[in-house]
Amino acid sequence: MNNLQSLSLYWPELILTVTILVTIIADLFYSPKESGRTALWVLGGLFLTYMAIKVQDSTIVTTLFMDNLAFDPFASFFKTLIIIVTVLVIFISQRTSELNDHRTGEYYALLAIMVFGMFLMVSAIDLIMVYLAIEIVSISSFILSGYLRGDLRSNEAALKYVIYGAFSSGIMLFGLSIVFGLAGSTKFFAIQEAMWNLEGSANFAFTLAAIFILAGFGYKISAVPFHFWTPDVYEGAPTSITAYLSVAPKAAGFALIIRFFNQVFGDGGSFIDPSLTTYTELPWPQLFAALAVVTMTLGNLVAIQQNSLKRMLAYSSIAHAGYMLMALPTLSSQGVYAVMIYLVMYMFMNLGAFFVVIYVKSQGGGETFDDFRGLGWKMPIVGIVMTIFMLSLTGIPPTAGFIGKFYLFAAVINAGPQMYWLAIIGALNSVISLYYYMRVVKVMFLEGEASETVLVPSIQVLLIFMALAIPSVVFGVYWTPIANWVSQSLIFFTQVI
Amino acid sequence: MDTSILSWIIWLPVVGMAVIALVPREKVFILKIITAVITGIQFLATLGLWSRFDVTNGGFQFMERAEWIPSFNITYILGVDGLSLPMVILTGLLFFLGTFVSWNIDRAQKGYFALYLLLNTGVMGVFLSLDFFLFYVFWEVMLLPMYFLIGMWGGPQREYAAIKFFLYTLFGSVLMLVAILALYFSCGRTFDMLLLMQTAPTVLDGVMWWGMSAVKVIWVLLFIGFAIKVPVFPFHTWLPLAHVEAPTAISVILAGILLKLGVYGILRVNYTMLPVAVWWFAGALALLGLINVIWGAMCALAQKDLKKLVAYSSVNHMGYLLIGMAAVIAAGEANGNNLLAAQAGLGGAVFQMFNHGTISAMLFILVGVIYERAHHRDIEGFGGLATSMPIFSGIVAVAFFAGLGLPGLSGFVSEAMCFIGAFPVFKAIVIASTLGILLNAAYFLWAFQRMFMGELNDKYKDLPEINKMELFTVVPLLVITVFFGIYPRPFLDLISNTMNVIIDTVANINGIAGVF
Repeated sequence: MNNLQSLSLYWPELILTVTILVTIIADLFYSPKESGRTALWVLGGLFLTYMAIKVQDSTIVTTLFMDNLAFDPFASFFKTLIIIVTVLVIFISQRTSELNDHRTGEYYALLAIMVFGMFLMVSAIDLIMVYLAIEIVSISSFILSGYLRGDLRSNEAALKYVIYGAFSSGIMLFGLSIVFGLAGSTKFFAIQEAMWNLEGSANFAFTLAAIFILAGFGYKISAVPFHFWTPDVYEGAPTSITAYLSVAPKAAGFALIIRFFNQVFGDGGSFIDPSLTTYTELPWPQLFAALAVVTMTLGNLVAIQQNSLKRMLAYSSIAHAGYMLMALPTLSSQGVYAVMIYLVMYMFMNLGAFFVVIYVKSQGGGETFDDFRGLGWKMPIVGIVMTIFMLSLTGIPPTAGFIGKFYLFAAVINAGPQMYWLAIIGALNSVISLYYYMRVVKVMFLEGEASETVLVPSIQVLLIFMALAIPSVVFGVYWTPIANWVSQSLIFFTQVI
Repeated sequence: MDTSILSWIIWLPVVGMAVIALVPREKVFILKIITAVITGIQFLATLGLWSRFDVTNGGFQFMERAEWIPSFNITYILGVDGLSLPMVILTGLLFFLGTFVSWNIDRAQKGYFALYLLLNTGVMGVFLSLDFFLFYVFWEVMLLPMYFLIGMWGGPQREYAAIKFFLYTLFGSVLMLVAILALYFSCGRTFDMLLLMQTAPTVLDGVMWWGMSAVKVIWVLLFIGFAIKVPVFPFHTWLPLAHVEAPTAISVILAGILLKLGVYGILRVNYTMLPVAVWWFAGALALLGLINVIWGAMCALAQKDLKKLVAYSSVNHMGYLLIGMAAVIAAGEANGNNLLAAQAGLGGAVFQMFNHGTISAMLFILVGVIYERAHHRDIEGFGGLATSMPIFSGIVAVAFFAGLGLPGLSGFVSEAMCFIGAFPVFKAIVIASTLGILLNAAYFLWAFQRMFMGELNDKYKDLPEINKMELFTVVPLLVITVFFGIYPRPFLDLISNTMNVIIDTVANINGIAGVF
């Protein structure tokens, strides 16, 4: 579609752009104390964006701006997901004590910019656009993780993030340039066609390029061995941002990986026949499988040793990236389906766990296991809610986390007996993870004494808890709505050769 | 109500949980009454089920079926047959009695009884569900309440015991999940256990995965999951710890019902869906049974803590049961179509499930009684209790005798049946396991002698006699033990037709006799 026609399908992003500008300008008129009110503008803008996505005709599957962006239900799914995460995180940010002494106008504006970047990430089908999108998201997240200017750890987080980010996007860029050199185009489909025509004569170069590009993507989803930034950034950044980073950019990163590897290195078509091996001799399934195994095992094993809950959740989010990677070796539609379901479930439980950490800290507690001692007695509701999130993250039925894992295992097992080992390793990893998730439950309930006074959270906090905990349980029992939503979204823009 | 009686039995405790959530936590007595009423109604419902159960029908009865998640072909299917009905009744009975055993729980009663009821739902659900997904969900739902019940109301090492229990069982159940999914995808995408029982044997026949027979792979994955619950050596190490640390009522439930879930799973799933592998594994099963018998007995003999002794006696008793289960292959052509032996073995195993449920429950309650009074369980620390607590000593004597398999009590009947069934096929193992019987008698009698005979320890001169509430929890179990010891017929009639169905499934597969 040409540029002018594209605009008619570009409403969500246009509304978002206006939202960003309005937020920045509105912030000029607020005193530092009132600066938090910009959140309302962002919320309003996100709501309109959501409506714009909703009213779009979902039967249209095309490309925008001369093959720069794809317009398909797959992208809309991720855009919706990102909006939901952002809205939840904005509500969570309202209740955090960390941002108290800071002007938060820019904070919300930066969140909106990140949303815009992620919108591009999930729909990009051009190498330049891929790079730009990743950079928009990265740069805003660098600033956000260093938002607590007076806090050394936050500064450290931002600096580490910048260095790792620059490094990995450099490597990725190198990979992209090799691909461009071989194919003579930056468009996914042109590259795909060029690869067919090369008929394997440039296998080595393509393999190298793919691995370089994987470094860039792996950094976004914090897959081992590109994960080193994760724990420090997650620990130093404001917890609300940590919560955000652990869900939204990860989802966008997965969308990008799926689209890129399916359309450039895969057959770009049905997804049914895993034919990544068609072009290159690299054993793709094994490579992704190894990445998944290393990521989840390392994440889980290191999470066991943490004393800070925030850091533990950081490693746990690495492990969860590993679980999701498990479904990619098959690159079947089942695998993508499972990843999408998992992301929805993961959003609720992971944001919930982080919100509990934020809430406990804002009540004068801390982030270590010691600070959670006896919490279940002092704040029973928080304790119960946290237990739900921990069980869900472990994947114990009847919680949403179990359903997510169930679909992942199903996708792996459906790929055939040669993949069973991967499912077994994934399953054993959830047993390992039980240990550290239950440690939280243990210190909350099994330690400490019954207390006379019981603290009940305020109504706003309760509402956020409910918004996160109820889906974490209900979707573990009845998830047909999610399953339907995902299966309707499993339509890509593709150009089958 | 008649058509949905199974759903009522499963979900009634959840209703009770909701009611308990509304009661303020200071009103302890009301909490107890609610739990007692809910479990009482549930127990009556299970008896009602029994009265309307058609014993001549070996198939599933009171079936319920409802759509759940059509996109993944997950259905809500419930049903009861001669294998699950005794377990359902036992569950109803022990949870009802367990409420009274829990009467003296002294802290956080609200949480305790809510979790107790949730556990009840999980257990009932496993016994009654016929959809593999549903089965798995219930299987896992049990873990969390159990973790808290051991971890919050248990003994000094409760935290370690609770997490060990949780980790062990989750380890088993994730392997089970992989096996369930493998079955799902290879047998035409269904979780319906009835359908799987029909399709799995033919679909998986001759299928090889990485050079191994698919049936064997799935069997082993499922077996590990179930064996941890039973527990079969070498997966038993969580058991003594969990039993010892758990509060009395939870030990009762753990020994009386939760261990049976493993056996139930093997019979329900492994035996009927993968009958070929039964032939392959029966020898190993009998051998594992032998190890359980000897190992459990030796460990029990070495214990100084009475509760630990009873816990190891469970390992020992589960061994007899495994040997009986293995006897099912006697009915095959390769073993001369010895249907009677198979019936004796399998029937004995299921009867042993029930009997161990009542006997070990009784033993744990009695251990709780003495612990309540003396605040320790050291066998050596007592002596001559028979003079200060004659009624209690008498009951303990009967319970111990039941545990060691004295003729005239129910344990004898089922153990004898297991051995009679297994003898034609596993002569050496049966003969070797008689050593276990000897040790079994030794540890119970020796413990009895040290605790109740000899000089009365002055410290315990004034121990109060067993009270009415405690008697109320023990006597029904005692009556059942004596009754089935003399007249086991009603029980065997109840299960026999279902047992024949299982034997048929296994025997009709003309496999080669065992690997051993």
